[in-house]
Amino acid sequence: MTTKQSAFSHIDSILVELGADCFCSWHVRCMQSLLPTTNDERPTMVFMSFACIFVPNFPVAAILRAEPELRSHPVAVLEGKAPLEKVWALNEEARHAGICEGMTKLQAELCDEVRLRGHSELQESAAHQALLDCAQSFSPRVEDFARDTLLLDLSGLDKLFGSLPKIAREILRRASEMELEINIAVASTLESALLAAHGFSGVTVIPNGKEAEILGSLPVEILFSDQSNSEEKEEFLKTFHRWGIHKFRDLAALPEIALTERLGQAGLDFQRKARGLGTRNLVPSDPPLVFEEAIELEYPIVLLEPLAFLLNRMLEQLCARLQGRALAAQELRLELTLDNGRLHSDEVAPPLRPLLAKRGTNYSERPNIFQRIIHLPIPLLNPKTFLKLLQLDLQANPPGAPITKVHLRIEPAKPRPRQNGFFIPSAPEPEKLEITLARISGIVGEGRAGSPMLLDTHRHGVFEMRHFFPSENKSWSEGRLQRPMGNGHKALALAEREQPALDHVTDSLVTALRIFRPPIHVRVNFSKGSLSHIRSLKGRQISGNVLWSAGPWRSSGDWSEHDEWMRDEWDIALQEKDGVILYRLVHDLISGRWLLEGSYD
Amino acid sequence: MSSLSWNAADITSSPFLPAQTPDKKTHILNHISGSKILMDVRPASRLEVRPRPEMISTGIAELDALTGGFPRGCLSEICGSGSSGKSSVLLATIAAASRRGESCVLIDASDSFDPESGAAARINFGKLLWVRCGKKLSAINPQPSGKSSLVVGHWLLANQSCADFEADDQSPTTKDVVARDARRTTHDDFTQTRSERRLDQVLKTTDLVLQSGGFGLVALDLAGIPQKFVRRIPLASWFRFQRAVEHTKTALLVVSEFPCAQTCVSVTLKLSPVSRKPSEKNSLSQNSNSLGCPTLPPLFGKRREDFSKPTHARLLEGMQIEAELARTRLERKPMQSVKANFATRAVRAG
Repeated sequence: MTTKQSAFSHIDSILVELGADCFCSWHVRCMQSLLPTTNDERPTMVFMSFACIFVPNFPVAAILRAEPELRSHPVAVLEGKAPLEKVWALNEEARHAGICEGMTKLQAELCDEVRLRGHSELQESAAHQALLDCAQSFSPRVEDFARDTLLLDLSGLDKLFGSLPKIAREILRRASEMELEINIAVASTLESALLAAHGFSGVTVIPNGKEAEILGSLPVEILFSDQSNSEEKEEFLKTFHRWGIHKFRDLAALPEIALTERLGQAGLDFQRKARGLGTRNLVPSDPPLVFEEAIELEYPIVLLEPLAFLLNRMLEQLCARLQGRALAAQELRLELTLDNGRLHSDEVAPPLRPLLAKRGTNYSERPNIFQRIIHLPIPLLNPKTFLKLLQLDLQANPPGAPITKVHLRIEPAKPRPRQNGFFIPSAPEPEKLEITLARISGIVGEGRAGSPMLLDTHRHGVFEMRHFFPSENKSWSEGRLQRPMGNGHKALALAEREQPALDHVTDSLVTALRIFRPPIHVRVNFSKGSLSHIRSLKGRQISGNVLWSAGPWRSSGDWSEHDEWMRDEWDIALQEKDGVILYRLVHDLISGRWLLEGSYD
Repeated sequence: MSSLSWNAADITSSPFLPAQTPDKKTHILNHISGSKILMDVRPASRLEVRPRPEMISTGIAELDALTGGFPRGCLSEICGSGSSGKSSVLLATIAAASRRGESCVLIDASDSFDPESGAAARINFGKLLWVRCGKKLSAINPQPSGKSSLVVGHWLLANQSCADFEADDQSPTTKDVVARDARRTTHDDFTQTRSERRLDQVLKTTDLVLQSGGFGLVALDLAGIPQKFVRRIPLASWFRFQRAVEHTKTALLVVSEFPCAQTCVSVTLKLSPVSRKPSEKNSLSQNSNSLGCPTLPPLFGKRREDFSKPTHARLLEGMQIEAELARTRLERKPMQSVKANFATRAVRAG
């Protein structure tokens, strides 16, 4: 068998392999350049390989990504203000149903099957970001050519991902996971890849030197797919059709000089594109990492269950994007636009605003936004966990009005791997712990479950609750008082004195104080200048004779503030029915009240 | 099979068998040992010794010497009246566990934990999850429609709780309890007393914490809740908690003013203040003389001259505590009442 025969047999095997995947149409024109070459046939030049990813009907694709159940339905996207909405984009099913661009909404509504949706900038932006993530998960050199078109440099990636058809197929699969149907073309020039992606559906791999042959069957309208000037486009097309030029190969066959004389430099550029010649270089872009999804709802949502379905879909898409970039989520930001019956300033004409204000009609300068932020102690990447956290948060903090728009944003962070050890004490799993904490907060109230932290103040009983997350390398002293001279300086001094002692067993045991929240208001009787009897005025029944007392110890603070405090403290032993109980008695010198602050136990 | 087989030689010499001739006795025993019904019966002499559970230190040397600490995978109980030192022991146990690097949970039914005392006891707050029960959630109101709405004031706690548990909780017992609690919340929310609400929150939170797993110490502080409410906690709940921690590294500790977990407890520690004998009082305190109290305060036992000082010259130094091991299921021998004394030191005393 000669080298050429063996090469063709290898092509056949590859084509058979590609043909097994029938989820899209394949256009593998020729594969000779992809074959392993022998030493005597090794090419002397190294050719660049570029890919173009193109999303047909991008506005429709962005909506179908958010609402996958509409894939089998004719969908049209409307644009414009309310009475003058017109069809801006539509899918093939809608075109078959008789809808075309420029139709008014009333005309489009005559077709019962068609689903009309408004143009959503946020959804398109999210779809574009997803497309960028998909491309950048394969190549670091990506040009953001247009919102629906990306250009990639695939040179040198064959050692990482395999052959070019395999890379193209993998990109298609990844985009499909992100709910995007794309066309992808691979060629040795950017222009060829761009035109092939616009002209052929599915995967197209154009070998080096075969550009003109393969692109020759495309209609000349493809040349103007990226033209924004419609008048110029119409003029060129009219000229080409008048000359009888309908395909690329017709344009490529024209003499260059004659074409330049008639159409100028633009005509020559079109001919070079039709011949598959490259004229431009890739301009890599590095867009900021934005992980956000948004859905504008046709009807307001009033129940949590349908909102959970939407959130689940958005979270899965965002997590797929994060996974593609090897990132995790550090923070979830949920913004809900509420429909609370108030008009927005956009909906009210400026001359009418004073009139509405006089009649008492409310309108707000900005939409009513309900925002929830969930900060995660460690980066996580589990959409189910995120969904449960959002559900629990919304249950604990309901928005209070129907929802018209959902906007979810994730702040990315590098995942932090955790190294467990045989001798390291077990700790709760972070994902499970977060859900447990959210559920506990739903039971006992927000901010009532966490780690206490004493504040830097002399005021008594001041602390804050922080989010609980068992830190690994935190020593006991990191969770203590922040300033030695603060309120608990005695506690700190005692603790520090014992620090060199044994880790587990202390020589002396601290007498704990059980705080009464709120403190108990008591009436105090004196006998011979000392405390003799105490009786609570309301609430908990405490009454008895004072057997022993120590004090007072006066303390005060915040003199320059509005909430000045000054108090005398006593430690007393009270004879009650059940026995002798030790209490801390406080005389608030500002209000003059006597309070039982807690009991020693 | 060897461990299950009936060894006739062991029983031949048993004093509980009637006097028989050796041949007849051997024949009967061989007949019994051949019976299929008795194949699974193991003689008491062959019972394996139950493995002793791993113990965690209480942080108090005297208590560790008395009980060996609190067992992991078991439910332990600390009981004592007011000013008996139960909170001090609890803080010491949490401090010891947190310093070992274990995650601890304090489910505080009466919201009475004092962070300053915790800091003095050297608790690593980074390892402590403090759950403060008792707050009434005003936004959560019953709604007869059975749908959880997003509108404020139209919320159904029953749906919320049940839905939460449906996701990943496979325990039917927990579901039943939550559903029962939810029903009660729906119908009797407005009549529910404060203590009942606190106990409801304690039980639900304990269920969640124990299901989450991974904690070294879970402490339920029920002190401060009246006895009649604590008595209402069903025995099934304690069994559920005990089963949840069984074969885990979690030590479940219940602190209350009286024993409440009944038969589910492995170790019960009863604390009481060391009371001074009445004969000593007359020489000590003019206050006590005038009031005629039967015993003197269980504190500052070292300094008799303390009573003669003016109040501003006195100082609460601490408490003398007596601990009694009231119940243990860890030892096979009959439990004996053993006691230990130790002292606490007040923060002010330094």
